[in-house]
Amino acid sequence: MSPRPHNCCRDYTRSQLLRSAAAEAGKGLPVIERGMPEPAGTGLSRRKFLSRSAGLALAVYGASKIPLSAFETGIAQAATGDKVLVSVFFDGGIDALSVLAPVGDPRYSQLRPNLALSPGTGTPFSEDTRLNWHPAAASLATLHAEGKVSAFPAIGYDHPDQSHFTSRHFYEVGELAVGFRTGWLGRYIDLVGDAENPLQGLSMDGSLSPMIATAEKPVAAIDSVDSYDLWAPVSDPIETEMYRSFAQFGALPADSPALAQVRKATKQTDKLREDLGGIGGFTSPVAYPDTYFAHKLAGLAAFIAAGLPMRAVTIRAAGGYDTHSDQAPDLESNLRETCEGLLAFQRDLEARGLADRVMTEMWSEFGRRPEENGSAGTDHGAAGCAFVIGSKAKGEMVGEFPGLANLDTNENVRVTSDFRTMYCALLEQWLGQDAGPIIPGASGFVRPALVKA
Amino acid sequence: MAIPRTPASAAKPKRHHRRHRLHVWKDKHYRWVPDGNGDWRVQGYIFRHHHKPKRGHYRGPGKKPPVRAKAAIAPVNPDPRPAGAYQGPFGTEQAVRLLNRAGFGPVPGQAEHLASLGLVGAVQSLTRPSGAATLTGPPPVDDDGAPIAPADVWGHDHIWWLDRMVRTDQPLVERMALVFHDWFATSIDGVSKPQQMIDQSNLFRSACFGSFLDLFRAVTVDPAMLQWLNGAENRKGAPNENYGREMMELFSLGADRGAYSEDDIREQARALTGWRNDWSGEQGAYNFRFDPKLHDTGNKTVFGQTGNWNWEDAPRLCVENPLHPSFFVAKLWSYFVPQPASASVADGLMSTYRSSGWQIRPVLETILTSPDLYEGPAMVKPPVVQLAGMLRALGRYIDTDAWTWLCEPAGQVLFRPPNVSGWDDTRWLDTSRMRARWNIVDYALDEISVDAWNGSYSTTETADEALSRAIASWSSPALRPEHRAELLDFANRAEKKVAASWEQGPYRAMRQNALLQLIGISPDTILQ
Repeated sequence: MSPRPHNCCRDYTRSQLLRSAAAEAGKGLPVIERGMPEPAGTGLSRRKFLSRSAGLALAVYGASKIPLSAFETGIAQAATGDKVLVSVFFDGGIDALSVLAPVGDPRYSQLRPNLALSPGTGTPFSEDTRLNWHPAAASLATLHAEGKVSAFPAIGYDHPDQSHFTSRHFYEVGELAVGFRTGWLGRYIDLVGDAENPLQGLSMDGSLSPMIATAEKPVAAIDSVDSYDLWAPVSDPIETEMYRSFAQFGALPADSPALAQVRKATKQTDKLREDLGGIGGFTSPVAYPDTYFAHKLAGLAAFIAAGLPMRAVTIRAAGGYDTHSDQAPDLESNLRETCEGLLAFQRDLEARGLADRVMTEMWSEFGRRPEENGSAGTDHGAAGCAFVIGSKAKGEMVGEFPGLANLDTNENVRVTSDFRTMYCALLEQWLGQDAGPIIPGASGFVRPALVKA
Repeated sequence: MAIPRTPASAAKPKRHHRRHRLHVWKDKHYRWVPDGNGDWRVQGYIFRHHHKPKRGHYRGPGKKPPVRAKAAIAPVNPDPRPAGAYQGPFGTEQAVRLLNRAGFGPVPGQAEHLASLGLVGAVQSLTRPSGAATLTGPPPVDDDGAPIAPADVWGHDHIWWLDRMVRTDQPLVERMALVFHDWFATSIDGVSKPQQMIDQSNLFRSACFGSFLDLFRAVTVDPAMLQWLNGAENRKGAPNENYGREMMELFSLGADRGAYSEDDIREQARALTGWRNDWSGEQGAYNFRFDPKLHDTGNKTVFGQTGNWNWEDAPRLCVENPLHPSFFVAKLWSYFVPQPASASVADGLMSTYRSSGWQIRPVLETILTSPDLYEGPAMVKPPVVQLAGMLRALGRYIDTDAWTWLCEPAGQVLFRPPNVSGWDDTRWLDTSRMRARWNIVDYALDEISVDAWNGSYSTTETADEALSRAIASWSSPALRPEHRAELLDFANRAEKKVAASWEQGPYRAMRQNALLQLIGISPDTILQ
């Protein structure tokens, strides 16, 4: 078999860059592919802001008219104790047929001669005996066994679009249309959110997720869950003296505008370090894996515990999932890092007594082609998988796994549940908000039971 | 401990000398220095004269050298310097400034070598390199020690160029490539393949000293630029004005100067029609070519001149515009000197530019020998320039791809300028970007910082010695006296913190780490 071209990943990376840049800046970017939807959130104004009460450096969106001091007040006044929805995005289209591998389906090993999980690998999925959890998703299997995971084994929409860009846009805005400027969670925040609390919608990946792009209410993005720290292999009492000299570099007289500029930035940097230094840092009641993804979740749990007024939080899963080549090792490590981080997060919330306030939703823009390609990878497919995780999750599968015998016209897995049914159910059952004003055509979707009564 | 004025042991023989050898005159060429064990010793010698020395006598050691005819007072550098050029001393300090602005700072010994060439020789050694650049030192690798893949792996394009800045023997070529990357700012965000960005940077390298018109034409049909500003979507009957506008506003004439009208933009866009490319999932955008069928062959009127202009004419018309030389000269000048050129200097540069037929090199050489560069105020280094300079000073090569994500919060990722107008040189420093620079310095010192707790660090190092060691690790940059004084004060304060004996080594080690960090984040390193 001749190797198939598999450089969509590279193109995808470019799209991704464009997208994040657009979400940040929303200006002056060239159209690089005709017909591509513009990311939601494009055009929102963006300001850097440091919240002392939160101990965070925030990029705040859509809030140009609000004075900075109002944020602090808004954060302080916003009600805490609300439900939080955390959205975890498997960027690139995760291979659902690996996460829940249909080892009991006779066509599976034919379509995946190199990539098929061998029978007996991984934990059986109790709700459909044809499926096995990928060994790297063992942490998810653990939570499922505890009744804390609702699985969607074949989620998507009619006439699936196989462009990362377009399909992701549909999921982000909650509608099969291009050109939406607000995300589905952004519209929720516009409806119920506070006019002065940017933390109510928080992206933890440095730039704003189009999912929480609002029309009016402020939302925020953070680079890091840690404080405004300066690195140096120096500790006290030497460290204090070091910063005294750093501050002195900022205080000495200047004989040129450039030197004055350096001095000013030095002075402000030291001041900020001093202001934020005491706030930063958090401790977790449970052990987290030593990964960046897990560290962000540990920070998130600490923020929730500290009473920060958050409603919707977005975070990207570890790594990328556009596995056109050498899928097995990449998927293994990234999926493991993500699932282990999420298990630790759940245990943290349980230990802090917060587990009843937080629900996590995991999604991807599509699943991958059942037949593997010539470079030990898989190309873009249709139906994917999604999960709703939490102590309050109903823990029952939504939609069935349709099997591999009867694929769609593009030889892809058929969709058995629409992603908007998940959105409607989460809005109404978890966030307590009628989906009608948020999801177009909401009345036409069934409401699977996702939340325990 | 105060330095004793007379060695105690010398007291007695001295009396003896006075008594019996009355006619001995001594020149004392010694001083008291610490002996390293907490005591003092004499360093130097005593030269004895048996006859009373005359005024201005030779103070040894050895025989007095033969008297030579006194040479006329020579200039510091005997090179002939053109009128209008900088006439002051050209020593190491000036060579460092030249290397900072026309390159990425010196590697050890480079500034001294450049100073020995004299001003004109030094500048020409940069502006007239021969042959291809040589990259000295180990080739770049990623965090796993694997060779980098700039065309394939995200972020490796950034370190590919950073590596050239660190290892090249033609620093001005890399610096001019950076100048033109900012001048014709193109971002990978709008280009399908990293290789096309790398190819564009190679165009800048090859054309950076020649004719600006040649460069301008090459950029106009460069595949990365044709994608970035939609040149390949600009066709007869459906013109796209993106490039037509920016080529005048940003690349050659400047906005709001009355150099061109909106009609000129539309006509230039028509002149530029005809370029196209193919697209495939495998290759992205490729096969860029001129297709006469897509070119508008009608007459176009640009700046009042009418003709069947095409893509070669459009840049020429811009360059021939009377307001182009002043734009070119001011823009090129601004990359090397912070304050604008005086009217007379600018006039001189413009006339050089015009009379050379739009050659870049003669203008550049005039700027690099100008008094404003050596006597004028400092500039803030762009983050990448600071980083490359630090790696050169520390003798470190590209051994990590972390530089890409570390440079991002500092405000500069190569091949990703913020928009088509390039980086804003007035906004390199704020609390977020300063913090990023601090952390870049920390990362750059990764290999040099000492482990405070492994028990190996000196327990007796003095503040002076600590500062000398730290400065030497940075290849002995010149520090402003007030910064040096502050660092020495810090070193002394840190030493006072030592209370218990177990703290002697660890605190000194941390003091060394802090000194290294403070030098890296000092204005001396940030400014050029």
